[in-house]
Amino acid sequence: MIALFFAYFALVSIAAGVMTVALKNPVHCGLALLAVLLHVSGLFILLNAEFLWAVQVVVYAGAILVLYLFVLMLLNLKTDERYFHSSYLYYLGPAGIGSLYVLYLLVKSPYAGAKGTAPAVAVLQEGDTAAVGIKMFSDYLLQFEIVGVFLLGAIIGAIVLAKSPKPLEGGKD
Amino acid sequence: MIPLAAYVAVSAILFITGLLGVLIRRNFIIVLMSVEIMLNAANINLVAFSHYLESMAGQLVALFVIAIAAGEAAVGLAIIIVVFRGKLSTNVDELNLLKW
Repeated sequence: MIALFFAYFALVSIAAGVMTVALKNPVHCGLALLAVLLHVSGLFILLNAEFLWAVQVVVYAGAILVLYLFVLMLLNLKTDERYFHSSYLYYLGPAGIGSLYVLYLLVKSPYAGAKGTAPAVAVLQEGDTAAVGIKMFSDYLLQFEIVGVFLLGAIIGAIVLAKSPKPLEGGKD
Repeated sequence: MIPLAAYVAVSAILFITGLLGVLIRRNFIIVLMSVEIMLNAANINLVAFSHYLESMAGQLVALFVIAIAAGEAAVGLAIIIVVFRGKLSTNVDELNLLKW
């Protein structure tokens, strides 16, 4: 049963990823990206990461993707005749070689390492959210704060960049 | 039980798809979407290793990756809007103002 779900999520996320890259209409690309994100969140569920599943659906599919679609609708882009880069054929060769190298590394890897301190059984007792929260607010507190400052900087940067270049009429200064 | 290699393979295929999208698409917004696919592929890898090696660190790093993707999307789309205002185009091969 789990193998069936895994096959479904994996195949659909790969197919939707290919569609995101290959479709012509940018809005269709955005909707294909939505399918990728939702099926990747399904993979997270299979890996016992419920909190990450919720964050993926809320933040990625709910916030980031809506932002993309909002900008697409705002700019009202027309579908181009030539929607690939002019010299894209030059990239296909290196991409093929790179993919083969990655597959070679995959086959060669031992996939073993030192086990950590959070086996699945212990995590499932309290729930994944509790485990993530305890870890985040103890060992990863500094990184958490850094991400907070980073997001503040991103908000300010986005506002400054997207602000209208002309001053508003009627303003005194 | 799904082997770890299956998750890593899915992640690698998604990553290569996103990389190809960054390299060959002309539309700046689609390029950013392909970057999101690559970040998602990395997240699959992190969570899979976190599960199979029984450590929470991977899930936490994946959370930080999602936060950084949100910031990247906000700033990237703001840049697209500014460029579009001046040039009425979002094709990356026409945006060569900083090229010398």
